[in-house]
Amino acid sequence: MTDTTLAPPTAADARAARPGREVIYRHTRVVRLTHWINVLCISLLLMSGLQIFNAHPQLYWGQTGADFDRPIIAMVADDWRKPHPRGLTHIGGMTLDTTGVLGVSGGEVRGFPAWATFPGQRNLAVGRNWHFFLAWLFVGNGLVYLLAGIANGHLRRDLAPTREQLKPSHIWRDIVDHIRLKHPTGEAAKRYNVLQKFAYLSVIAVLLPMMVLTGLTMSPGFDAFAPALLDLFGGRQSARTLHFICANLIVLFIVVHVVEVILAGVFNEIGSMITGRYAIKTGDHP
Amino acid sequence: MSGQGVSRRRLIGAGAVGFSGLLLSGCDRMAQAPSLLGLVRSAQDLTLGGQRLLLSSQPLAREFKPTDISAKFKANGTLYPAGDDYQAMVENSFADWTLQIGGLVARPYRLTLDQLRALPARSQITRHDCVEGWSAIGGWSGPQLGPLLKRAGLAPQARYIVFHCADDLAGSNDGSGLYYESIDLFDAFHPQTILAHSMNGSPLEVAHGAPIRLRVERQLGYKQAKYVMRIEAVDRLDHLGGGKGGFWEDRGYEWYAGI
Repeated sequence: MTDTTLAPPTAADARAARPGREVIYRHTRVVRLTHWINVLCISLLLMSGLQIFNAHPQLYWGQTGADFDRPIIAMVADDWRKPHPRGLTHIGGMTLDTTGVLGVSGGEVRGFPAWATFPGQRNLAVGRNWHFFLAWLFVGNGLVYLLAGIANGHLRRDLAPTREQLKPSHIWRDIVDHIRLKHPTGEAAKRYNVLQKFAYLSVIAVLLPMMVLTGLTMSPGFDAFAPALLDLFGGRQSARTLHFICANLIVLFIVVHVVEVILAGVFNEIGSMITGRYAIKTGDHP
Repeated sequence: MSGQGVSRRRLIGAGAVGFSGLLLSGCDRMAQAPSLLGLVRSAQDLTLGGQRLLLSSQPLAREFKPTDISAKFKANGTLYPAGDDYQAMVENSFADWTLQIGGLVARPYRLTLDQLRALPARSQITRHDCVEGWSAIGGWSGPQLGPLLKRAGLAPQARYIVFHCADDLAGSNDGSGLYYESIDLFDAFHPQTILAHSMNGSPLEVAHGAPIRLRVERQLGYKQAKYVMRIEAVDRLDHLGGGKGGFWEDRGYEWYAGI
């Protein structure tokens, strides 16, 4: 029996366990609860964040940056006086026509389109109100997850890669399995694979803390308390740019995560995040 | 069959547009539902409380070198207050302008611009952060607000300092759209809170708030009230303007703009 089995099988498990199928208790209550609160927080944080971004859809590097300065990323209209302006996205020296999505959408000059922002209409005040409310909820939820994960051993036992998993040959085999969309069965399915662990850990230990720290660096009040953050990120405008880039990486993670959930069996996966119970193919039967 | 396919595709397309429209308007209704927004906005108290705790030793906002000053500093909000009164003040270089300091004080008084300029000034090169997201660095000079308030003798019940401005940013004719701002005593007595009469070594330009603007570093641009005409000490904010303590606050923005 592996450590992932946290609770003894119940009568329901016995019923669910058919030949060739074993039900394990995969996600503790605190993991399930914080996961779904996180889904709510991150979705609305991303969308309210884009609402805030739209107030000035240009990103700079350094302490300062405004209309007269050269942005490194910008979403603009070619000429807002025209009846049908084109939406342009500048990234570094590159310019893309992104009419309909970025720069101009729904007949409006705006960075991101209405469907991507919260609220949909342009409303910086309400976007900010929500963003900061959700940021508190997100940080509180994250702390509950981390403290519980340390206390009950979830982080060490389920997320830290084992010595065996860190061998280059093992990592390589995992990469090949992923490319072939081959999902583990039997004992191997009872634990997270090494790429999955890397993905989760880079979100938990790098991207989400980066979001919080770069977010705080944009606060003039917090800067007075911790000016070292300005030096760490290269200035308030750099922090704003990094906040945006990390948010995009989180979106990338979510896309991959959701695709993997669908590939691995959408009902079993989502069900396990609701009930905690996860069915695996034991491999004894074809 | 192909015709049917097109119409079905159209139907699905129209359905998708309709559904996403419904979802969007639903989202907007949720975002702005008064009961929910009340809860959402209560997080401001947490932010204010948290930052006040972290800033209890009153650290300064970072100050920069003269070489860091932005070549162009964007002027935002009102660029030139409307009306004959302000125009007349500009034309005689604010010689008749006086700053009133009153409200809940023992000794209300007025200062002319020359008197204000003759006071000991603090100079600081700081970063200005607009709520829209951009930043610029400027050098500001002017007397600290704290000593000016002490001279007036704040009444014990005074809790906020209100700045009444000359510009009607909402473009109203009855004065209901006049800009105003407020800060509490914690920020009013901070050493970097000054009434700036100079910017980058020159008298403040009209676009930047002539003759004086408030600098309350550690907060966003909309707190840095321009065209300040009158300073009033009060015990509460709900009887002023829209009752939220400032022009933008009355339009949904946070009263505490340290974030």
